[in-house]
Amino acid sequence: MRSVLRRFTALSLGTRVGLALVGVTVVVAVLAPLLSPYDPVATDAERALQGASWSHWLGTDQYGRDVLSRTLEGGRFALLVSLLATTLAVALGTLVGAVAAYYGRWVDGVITRVLDAVLAVPSVLALLLIVSVFGNSLPVLVVAIAVVYVPAVARVVRGAARPVLTAGYVTAARARGERSLPIITREVLPNILDTILVEFAMRASWVVLLVSTLSFLGFGVNPPTPDWGLMIQENRTALTVAPAGTVAPIVALAALVIGLNLAADGLGKHVGVDRARRGAL
Amino acid sequence: MARMIAARVATSVVTLLLAAFFVFFAVQALPGDVAEQLLGQNATPEAVATMREQLGLDTNVWVRFVEWLGSAVTGDFGTSLVSGESVSASIWTAFSHSLLIAVPAIVVGIAGSLLLGVLAGARRGTSVDSTVSVLALVAMSIPEFVVATVLVLLLAIAAPVFPAVVLEGPDAGVGDLLPAVVLPAVTLVAAMSAYIIRAMRSSTIDGLATEYAVTAELKGVRRRSVLWRHVAPTAVLPVLPVISINVAWLLGGVVVVESVFNYPGLGKLMIDSVSTRDLPVLQAIAVLSALVYVVVNLLADLVALAVDPRQRTLHRPRRRPVVAAAVEEES
Repeated sequence: MRSVLRRFTALSLGTRVGLALVGVTVVVAVLAPLLSPYDPVATDAERALQGASWSHWLGTDQYGRDVLSRTLEGGRFALLVSLLATTLAVALGTLVGAVAAYYGRWVDGVITRVLDAVLAVPSVLALLLIVSVFGNSLPVLVVAIAVVYVPAVARVVRGAARPVLTAGYVTAARARGERSLPIITREVLPNILDTILVEFAMRASWVVLLVSTLSFLGFGVNPPTPDWGLMIQENRTALTVAPAGTVAPIVALAALVIGLNLAADGLGKHVGVDRARRGAL
Repeated sequence: MARMIAARVATSVVTLLLAAFFVFFAVQALPGDVAEQLLGQNATPEAVATMREQLGLDTNVWVRFVEWLGSAVTGDFGTSLVSGESVSASIWTAFSHSLLIAVPAIVVGIAGSLLLGVLAGARRGTSVDSTVSVLALVAMSIPEFVVATVLVLLLAIAAPVFPAVVLEGPDAGVGDLLPAVVLPAVTLVAAMSAYIIRAMRSSTIDGLATEYAVTAELKGVRRRSVLWRHVAPTAVLPVLPVISINVAWLLGGVVVVESVFNYPGLGKLMIDSVSTRDLPVLQAIAVLSALVYVVVNLLADLVALAVDPRQRTLHRPRRRPVVAAAVEEES
């Protein structure tokens, strides 16, 4: 426990702020049913579009639902989808990238070409297509988002794995007749774990944005489930009357993603991966 | 040199063909029969069969792929299932509308981001640097639809300078759309600039630390001209791939922005076609997007090849660390 604490204090201020922002958002999302003062989907037509008051701290939306309760619970779906989809994308991407790097030659060539072709189709279009056909249930969203991000992760992992493959311990493992799978999982992967970790944090911030965008466009969660993207979409027409309904989810979403980005930047610097230079991929 | 360019163009064509292949078969694999969907649930089996024949759905899928590809190359993407009009006509109109917001955004976005990046990198650690870095971090953390919503609140509702949404439909002329172009374009600039600024800042810091920059400064060249004449032009090179990927991905942002502003471009057409499941339109949009991605990446590579002599000496120009290339020559 103390060593964890020491490692935490060794991180830069920005990283700690980022991790704290993400931590708070996750805790609030998990505990939201206990924290929220009202039922987030309970409507009350007589109190629609009210401003802040002691009974409704952030006012109400057009159906008289409590904005504070909806904001507290609004991150649950996006966070769950993001966690599952990012994990799946990073796991699959790591596998594909490591295989491409390990086998090289035509395997690498074919994989690279295919990944490039998948990257060429815009992610929003691919997602909209999948969702419009298979529905917007949780498993569909998770798999669809993961598929969209696998190529980018695979490229990064491939790039990180190639230098490792020429290291002495990999040659040694090959010389003592280890099979390819153990070499990949036990020699290569542990040595690029840093890169994969940074990749995870960075990818997570994009997935959160993508999930919220889908909800905003009406292809994500179903109303009346509280969700930040959906709330912004629903409440922005009443922006001048009751701004809190739009501003609150914006602040919550921005805090989470800024936290994820700060954490990804800081972790990257900590383990020696410069995120800025790599740009968007 | 010519061989390298030819190889690069060939890879682009292969990538594009693969993408077209994926798009076609992904759409074919969709569950549900298009003919049944078009005719509704009460259609008789005979009517469905006739419809399938009319749509050419009864022929082999590979034959259809080749036919579709053949006409796609000549710019013919068939007819829309919903409106019955030519797909390419409606797509080109929508695409030209999208370019109207995308091109200014790309020009302003790239120029502005490069300038800000050099500025932040040259003044590393000062308040200018922290301001630019924080702004870039915020810009990459806030989704396009939020930027768009805030812009509408500030510049269309609080101070009604620009229209909040476009009222004209897909047939609108350029003149009708011009006032509505500003806010969507600004949103796109915000979406694309963050990564370019960060990459350029990082690249400038590296450039200022190189031996040639230090030498120039020791020789007495003014700091300003060291920065702009010696460091900045070279520092743009590693940023080129970042620029190209952001330009190519602008299309994703276009979907969101056009939906917020009700702007009659490619993104709006895409969303409408998803709702109506207009498959030929969606296929065409996907292929057009893939074409944009491939062309933009190719251009970035060719620019790098043209201005950076180091790239011409390596066998394959891009995405390949020198270590890996050296290792492969050994083995």
